[in-house]
Amino acid sequence: MARALINVPATARRGDIIDIKALISHEMETGFRRTQLGVPIPRDIITQFICTYNGAEIFRAEFHPAIAANPFIAFSTIATESGTITFNWSGDNGFSAAESAAISVA
Amino acid sequence: MRATGVIAAGIAFDAATTAVAAAEPAIASASTAAKSSVVSMLEAIQRTVGSATINKGRVKLELPPLVENGNTVGLAVRVDSPMTPADHVRAIHVFSEKNPQPYVVTFRLGPRAGRATVATRVRLADSQTVVAICEMSDGSFWSDSVNVVVTLAACTEEL
Repeated sequence: MARALINVPATARRGDIIDIKALISHEMETGFRRTQLGVPIPRDIITQFICTYNGAEIFRAEFHPAIAANPFIAFSTIATESGTITFNWSGDNGFSAAESAAISVA
Repeated sequence: MRATGVIAAGIAFDAATTAVAAAEPAIASASTAAKSSVVSMLEAIQRTVGSATINKGRVKLELPPLVENGNTVGLAVRVDSPMTPADHVRAIHVFSEKNPQPYVVTFRLGPRAGRATVATRVRLADSQTVVAICEMSDGSFWSDSVNVVVTLAACTEEL
């Protein structure tokens, strides 16, 4: 299981724009590198990141090999209601990881 | 700060886009002939945008003008948009000119984002022009390009 770090404020006022940051450990092997023997190293990257807020999708990113190792992503959302924000990463070779954070909105 | 380089890159990009628009059938035939692994940045932009025209402005692509290590380069895109259900950013696409593939990342967002600002970290294989294209809810496209000098390229060599 890949290690993921997420940063979501624990509390927010309704209507506030909150900043969300997500970082996950992954090599993001591009598929363009070769070993010293000239054998191509197969691509192994995360291709998709989806963020949902109480089940509704609020943000999505499609990654390509040009994303640096340990993909970091920062975006924002409007705090609408208390609940959970979930993060899902999926990619090559059946890679899948999920993380979630609770937020209470006053 | 990065005045002359960006202006030059902007002009070059403008000229190239108009050339693509003018020679549309030629590009389409070239794309079917070319191998899918070798797609130029302009071709990739053409595929994403379709026949729509790309306007300058509203988008701000933030990249350091001088990059020491191309393996991790902080990239941010800010779009001037009210982010209301009626007028918001639908997607932000980032393209690179000289990486092995032109596609870098696509962000899909909506009015619930509140603010059209996204950031990530990318790889850059060479000194080049990076382009951000933003797709609005009304179907219009806006772009910004930045010229970057990379001293240590992202590793595409052997281990």
